[in-house]
Amino acid sequence: MAGFIIRRLGTMALAMLCLSLAVFYLVDLEPNLKRLAISQLNMRSSTEELESWLQRNGYRQNFFVRYGQWLGVIPEQPRLDPATGKAMPRFSFCPEGGQAGYSGVLQGDFGCSTKFKVPVIRKLVPALKATGILMFWVMAVMVPASLFLGVLAGMREGSRTDRTLSAASITTAATPEYISGVLFTVVFASWLGWLNGSAASATNQGISFYNFTLPVITMALYGTGYIARMTRASMAEVMTQQYIRTARLKGLSFGAVVVRHALRNALITPFTVIMLQFPWLLTGVAVVEVMFRYQGFGFTLVEAAANNDIDLLLACSLISVFVVLSTQLVSDLGYALLNPRIRVQ
Amino acid sequence: MQYETIGAFGILIGIVVRFWPVWIALAIVVTFSLTFRKRLGLYGQLYGNRAGIAGLILCLFWLFTAVFASMIAPFEPLQQIAIMKDAPPGALDPDTGAVFLLGGDRLARDVFSRMVFGSQIVLVIAPAATLFALIVGTMLGLPAGYHGGRIDNILSFLANLVLAFPVILLFYLLVTPGVRETSIPQWLAGFFLIFPVIFFCTLFWTRYSSRPGLLAPLLVITFLLGGWLYAGLVFRADPLGLISLAPNELNIFVAVVFASSPGVFRIVRGLTMEIRTRDYVAAAQTRGERPWYIMLWEILPNARGPLIVDACLRVGYTTILLGTLGYFGLGLTPESPDWGTAIKESSRLLRAHVHPALPPVVALMSFVLGLNLLADALREQALKD
Repeated sequence: MAGFIIRRLGTMALAMLCLSLAVFYLVDLEPNLKRLAISQLNMRSSTEELESWLQRNGYRQNFFVRYGQWLGVIPEQPRLDPATGKAMPRFSFCPEGGQAGYSGVLQGDFGCSTKFKVPVIRKLVPALKATGILMFWVMAVMVPASLFLGVLAGMREGSRTDRTLSAASITTAATPEYISGVLFTVVFASWLGWLNGSAASATNQGISFYNFTLPVITMALYGTGYIARMTRASMAEVMTQQYIRTARLKGLSFGAVVVRHALRNALITPFTVIMLQFPWLLTGVAVVEVMFRYQGFGFTLVEAAANNDIDLLLACSLISVFVVLSTQLVSDLGYALLNPRIRVQ
Repeated sequence: MQYETIGAFGILIGIVVRFWPVWIALAIVVTFSLTFRKRLGLYGQLYGNRAGIAGLILCLFWLFTAVFASMIAPFEPLQQIAIMKDAPPGALDPDTGAVFLLGGDRLARDVFSRMVFGSQIVLVIAPAATLFALIVGTMLGLPAGYHGGRIDNILSFLANLVLAFPVILLFYLLVTPGVRETSIPQWLAGFFLIFPVIFFCTLFWTRYSSRPGLLAPLLVITFLLGGWLYAGLVFRADPLGLISLAPNELNIFVAVVFASSPGVFRIVRGLTMEIRTRDYVAAAQTRGERPWYIMLWEILPNARGPLIVDACLRVGYTTILLGTLGYFGLGLTPESPDWGTAIKESSRLLRAHVHPALPPVVALMSFVLGLNLLADALREQALKD
């Protein structure tokens, strides 16, 4: 088991290295650097001014040297003002060490956000916290609802409940967030006026039922159908097993059989499915946070990408890849722990 | 401002009437299929299943809408009639008496016509990108599953790398004006296009290498078609002028293929690993068949059931992805009539006007729902066999 985890962690580190290199390459394309230089100077700067800005701030160094500096394995030299000879940070809003040294991701320095004009850490921590709150409520709605519906449908395969719930879950699987968000906003905010169509107030005034329900149900809906289908399939399969028949034949009531014998075995698959949903959940977070103007991780990611905020975008992609890979690991380990028939080697 | 409207009933009738080419085409296809149901194989069996019929009709409906878009839509997608700005559904243009069946949007364009033309973009890119992703995933998944070992390790690692990337981030990095200025989309398109050419060459070569009379024309056709696609997609110089993608469309196309082929790879790899242990594969190996013959002519045909189901779901998923791209304004121009862009444009103004948002929402949802129903029915049929 320990060997398995260590090997997986090694693969994870390698994957993160490869992916960050790929992201670094893409944000570093010539047009993107030009856009960054223009955003830092102004629209009417001449080509020479842009070029000298890029030169001065080290963007013209070797690609791998800069990647190493960002990562924190190659020491960074302070940028000196040619006129005074004093150290000069790249961006005025962001303190940078005046002396040579390692300052990269490995040292915990994620760089500066050029869009929000703060160090990346100062922007990312509150954003992650906000998204954490959103995800907590989404999970609190989605997981019990989908498991309940799935078990209900799979308990008696082919019954009317089963067919109704299957039809409903196929429909929700055809409803991505940007559609359900619009539909819910139209019904609950525009027509009925019960809920707020914007979660902007949730960021600074705290969340309430009025401003937070729409983002939560919008995000939960798409996943609910999918997980319910998985649970249904798993439950239907368990219900045909011999030990269920035995339990039934020894005189247990149907409810007792479902709760005590079937449920635990049927929930193994949904658990792994929920864990593997994270890459898609991150996309959902971006859509929902943009749609309802909630300043979380997804909102930050979209802003960073749209404004070519290199350091912030790199940090965002590192975090999202880390989240995806670690949930995959948890899913594999959890599967082995929950199912005694599976052994990891 | 006040408009004269034709009322809810009038709108309904108006929409049904405007779709007349679709109804005729649907009627022809359905009657034909029902008559020859027994002889149509898997497709015919779909008509014995309620979900299958519903799914087929929804998908065919949008297919024919895309084909006959210019006959159905009363206006051009970009045509503006200034007086109809934000007009409610069913409003009559006071000057000409023309009806805006589903109202006008904030730039005074007909919502109904835009929805109809939007179907063209989705129905061209989504199935084509899925087809490419299927071929790329199959060509890589077959050897990975069949040989295992190092080739499997490397390919699986690469596939997992792409899958570990949240789709939204991938699109924000790959579908940008910056990337379009470089030659990355062309390189990627060239890379993905190699796979279909290799696929068909290997397919014919492994089977007909002893019959040069049949092999030669097949290979020539493959190379001609491949070269034509190359000229059109990669070099943007199609001699016949039929295949042409604008740089932004090529960018989207490439990104979508890139994002969905690892998923296909995983499925094909899993299926191959399972089928490899069957007796008929062992028999072929004993006969001394080459590995690629076994993969393409023994394993692939037997993996087709789950692959068809997956392809159906994947077209739906690609449609959702295209909508996401439109929603974030990536790749497609802001005035493009596709459903995702239309949803983005209208969802900002939901407080003021609801009607421009609903048609694209319903359109996208019903098309994906149709594909999901179709996949469900196909899966059920596969289980029956």
